[in-house]
Amino acid sequence: MNVEILARIQFAFTIAFHYIYPPLSIGLGLMLVIFEGMYLKTGNKMYEKITRYWIKIFALIFGIGVATGIIMEFEFGTNWATYSKYVGDIFGSALAAEGIFAFALESGFLGILIFGWNRVSPRVHFFSAVMVFLGSMFSAIWIVVANSWQQTPAGFHIVGEGMQARAEITDFWAMVFNPSSVQRLIHVWIAAFLTGIFLVLSVNAWYILKNKYLEIAKPSFKIALVAATVFSLMQLFAGHQSADVVYKHQPAKLAALEGHYDSMSRADMYLFGYVNNEKQKVTGIKIPGGLSFLTQGDFNKPVKGLNAFKSTDRPTQVNSIFQFYHMMIAVGMFLIALTLYASWLAWKKKLFEKRWLMWVFVWAVLLPQIGNQAGWFAAEMGRQPWVVYGLLRTSDALSKTVTANQIVFSLIMFFVVYILLFVLFLYLLNKKIQHGPVDYGTKEYIDEGSKRDNPILTHDADFEIS
Amino acid sequence: METFLGLDYNVWWFLVFGAVISGYAILDGFDLGAGALHLLLNKETSRRIALNAIGPLWDGNEVWLVIGGGALFAGFPVAYAAIFSAFYIPFMVFLVGIIFRGVAIEFRSKEPGILWRKTWDVVYCVASMVIALSLGLMLGNVAYGISLNSDKEFNGNWLSFFNFFSIMVAITTLALFMMHGAIYLVMKTENRLYTKLYILARQFIIFFVLTFVITTLYTLLYVPHLSDFFRRSPTFFIIPVMMVLAIANIPRQLKIGKYRYAFISSSVTIALLLIMVAVEVFPYLLYSRTNPANSITIHNAASSPKTMKILLIIALIGTPLVGVYTSFVFWTFKGKVKLDETSY
Repeated sequence: MNVEILARIQFAFTIAFHYIYPPLSIGLGLMLVIFEGMYLKTGNKMYEKITRYWIKIFALIFGIGVATGIIMEFEFGTNWATYSKYVGDIFGSALAAEGIFAFALESGFLGILIFGWNRVSPRVHFFSAVMVFLGSMFSAIWIVVANSWQQTPAGFHIVGEGMQARAEITDFWAMVFNPSSVQRLIHVWIAAFLTGIFLVLSVNAWYILKNKYLEIAKPSFKIALVAATVFSLMQLFAGHQSADVVYKHQPAKLAALEGHYDSMSRADMYLFGYVNNEKQKVTGIKIPGGLSFLTQGDFNKPVKGLNAFKSTDRPTQVNSIFQFYHMMIAVGMFLIALTLYASWLAWKKKLFEKRWLMWVFVWAVLLPQIGNQAGWFAAEMGRQPWVVYGLLRTSDALSKTVTANQIVFSLIMFFVVYILLFVLFLYLLNKKIQHGPVDYGTKEYIDEGSKRDNPILTHDADFEIS
Repeated sequence: METFLGLDYNVWWFLVFGAVISGYAILDGFDLGAGALHLLLNKETSRRIALNAIGPLWDGNEVWLVIGGGALFAGFPVAYAAIFSAFYIPFMVFLVGIIFRGVAIEFRSKEPGILWRKTWDVVYCVASMVIALSLGLMLGNVAYGISLNSDKEFNGNWLSFFNFFSIMVAITTLALFMMHGAIYLVMKTENRLYTKLYILARQFIIFFVLTFVITTLYTLLYVPHLSDFFRRSPTFFIIPVMMVLAIANIPRQLKIGKYRYAFISSSVTIALLLIMVAVEVFPYLLYSRTNPANSITIHNAASSPKTMKILLIIALIGTPLVGVYTSFVFWTFKGKVKLDETSY
């Protein structure tokens, strides 16, 4: 395999694995702020219990998110040196701003969130929760801005030629507010909220099914359900806005998303289907003219197709892009139906009687994750063959000094390490969930703390020198 | 060339980058050092106290690495691209160390089993050492110089990174972090654990001084492009002199029980060491051994003046903010470690 394919596989694998965690942190951060806010407002110990429980899970998720995230920052330099030189003038300031404004805020206050219960007042603790949540939201801003700049570059000019060429900033705010960043940021934020909220729903649905911790599970479930319903519906509009930007600024990508080849004809919208790239044909169930309608408000207006672009300037893996895109939409639609139905049942006070529905919620935790991954794969594969849309080709962006063997080494290493991490993560997460929340201040709670000292291992620290 | 207070933007950003790297070395240095000496503590409670001494802080400390990476990428993209693609293998090993260090701290307390905890103790200790050694190795090679072609990219063999000078820098870094970490733990512990760490701290000071002297002698004798600077500008000898004083101050402060001053002295030592490296390499960011004309400098690697200006504004706004909440977090967790139910 050549260096380009290997480098792309490594980047895709490391970013996809990393991206399991940040949306969970953002979404859980939101829920922590809500739960702890309720505690401050009502003084009800139940909310404190819920908050403490989710902070422990948050810490686990955050830890792996940080560890895998640091890899990403440096992978631009290790594997994509030419790209780094090309975009450094622009991309670097966003990355530096992320580190200094967002990540530092998040990591600093996380310590207080986890270890500060007995050291700061409840208000300061709540403030720390808000700061951690805001930090994670800011992180998303700078990362999405940088990625959006690659999709729809703005506020720059090109200096130099050939391999020496690079983009230099001319207008910082035009770079930050490039044509797609706001729409994509909102889309990503809402997706992240849903990811965290559905974890809360899943765990509590499972408790309800097992008839455990009901006094906590039911109120938590209801609060999370309200949030899930609101954000699922909002995502419909945010997603549409995002697609509209693609139509306006990345026509080749839009055509690939729906497998649309011929520029003269109206464009159909598929519910699902299969694209044969050689025959340029899509088989599936469609709304005739649906894409034309959604982009231009008219079922018969033509939409620019893939054939309008040189074969070297458009994505080739059309079927994969099509499938990822439709998978994301299917997830979004299903979440809307699910949350609306559950809300209606809650209104009728029949929600917790439907055991099958609780089971659906237990497994629905996977859906936002699938939606996140599918959405990003559609966005990034749809941008090909460009790494910076219309300016720099992915094949030109590599590190020339790095060999295929070196990437094989690192790829295998990441693969083994990440599989191990993932297994441990699931094991510990499951253990925490099985164990359930504990009442603060009770004997059981104190025991919980002292159990950390394994009786066989424990000796008084005074006997250290012996 | 646009200037600010008489220095051009590139020099300013070099200073900012250097400050961030020093911040990283001082902050993550103590928890990496604590990790590297972790297995020297024998008892479960001791290990827990040592872990909880860095528990609320290590994550925030690691952020400085992210800021440093961002600062290099943003201000000197050519150097960022050349350094990380050249050090591909050592850097990947470093990153795996970062992953395992983080998850070992996080996972260790989650299970009470002996095997579980001993395994994560070993992982934590080894990962901390690997991070310190690989960082030192890369720093050594940046100062020593590597083989660069006219495109300012590495064209040598990665085994050449294991030269005597860089290996010595790697060991010196480890020794420095272990000294720094031990002093930090002395500050955070009590009773017999404290006594043990006090003895360890003194041993690590000797270990560090030895490695430092060997590295310095080797530099003076065999690495002319680094030592020439001091031959040309003897006034800068003040830096190593101050460093010797800072190191000498550590055991003195420890003896009279002023642990915070001992820790500050050790932090100053780290800062001075990096300042010394900085003045030695300046204005090079990556020296080319094969052809010095291909070297990467703060001028030929830099972003445009406009970006430099934006970055300086970001730094001016961001630094006080980070300073305020970092101090707040450190202040919240000041004093000796007391284990409670939220501890690792």
